[in-house]
Amino acid sequence: MIPKWFALTCGCFVAWCLFNWPPGVQALIIGIPVSFFVMFLTKNIPYRTVSKLHFQPNRHLRFLFHYLPVFWWELFKANLEVAYRVLHPNLPIRPAVVRVKTSLKTDMGLTLLANSISLVPGTTAMDLDHETGILYVHCMYVSKSSEVDALAKRRVEKFEKILAKIFE
Amino acid sequence: MLETIGLIFIGIGLAFDVFGCIGIVRLPDVYLRLQAGTKCVTMGTCSILLGTFLIMGFSAGGVKALLCSFFIVLTNAVSAHAMARSAHRAGVKMWEGTVVDQYSEDKQG
Repeated sequence: MIPKWFALTCGCFVAWCLFNWPPGVQALIIGIPVSFFVMFLTKNIPYRTVSKLHFQPNRHLRFLFHYLPVFWWELFKANLEVAYRVLHPNLPIRPAVVRVKTSLKTDMGLTLLANSISLVPGTTAMDLDHETGILYVHCMYVSKSSEVDALAKRRVEKFEKILAKIFE
Repeated sequence: MLETIGLIFIGIGLAFDVFGCIGIVRLPDVYLRLQAGTKCVTMGTCSILLGTFLIMGFSAGGVKALLCSFFIVLTNAVSAHAMARSAHRAGVKMWEGTVVDQYSEDKQG
């Protein structure tokens, strides 16, 4: 098991190298103390739950080949939808804030779920209740029937299913 | 060849950024404007940066463009979330056409 401070330092150092591309000797020498400094600043950020992502190639592969393609496709659709609603002369919007229950528990899973919701068509995550696992989602367009949250629920569940397999 | 693809990406990105700006002007309240700002600008800017990377390749500018697109995807959604939440807590009114607000129902009840 790699200690956390070492992993953090290496991550900072890689980011530093990329920012100073192509890395010369001077940049690399300065980079080592800078990475240690950033590591000391950030290592005590508390985590509520520990992610189970370490050393499970199965989950990494699923993240790369299942989550990311779905995410980019949804982001593309989101853009088309927002562009349509914005350019339409009548501005066809019916905004609402709905509550959606989620079963994810880990910090990383919840963060990515909220981020995904913010980037899929017509929804933005507003708040999250840790105890009950309720997400408040602002929707750009809700259906006219009594079930206002059906659309948001479907979208959340889509990502939830994938993220549950990766992070839970 | 790569330059042509890069230019196409930059064109798509510019178009989506323009849609995002039109959305910010046309939509009626803070929360809806945030949505236009998050989605269109994230994808538009990422597309521009990706096009820059394709044109410049693994040079000093290209790698930075790729890194920036990565950070924009990570941070834009988080900042939109923070702004929506703080706007709601500060009591910013929603547009009168809003159908239902279950968040304030739960906070008061």
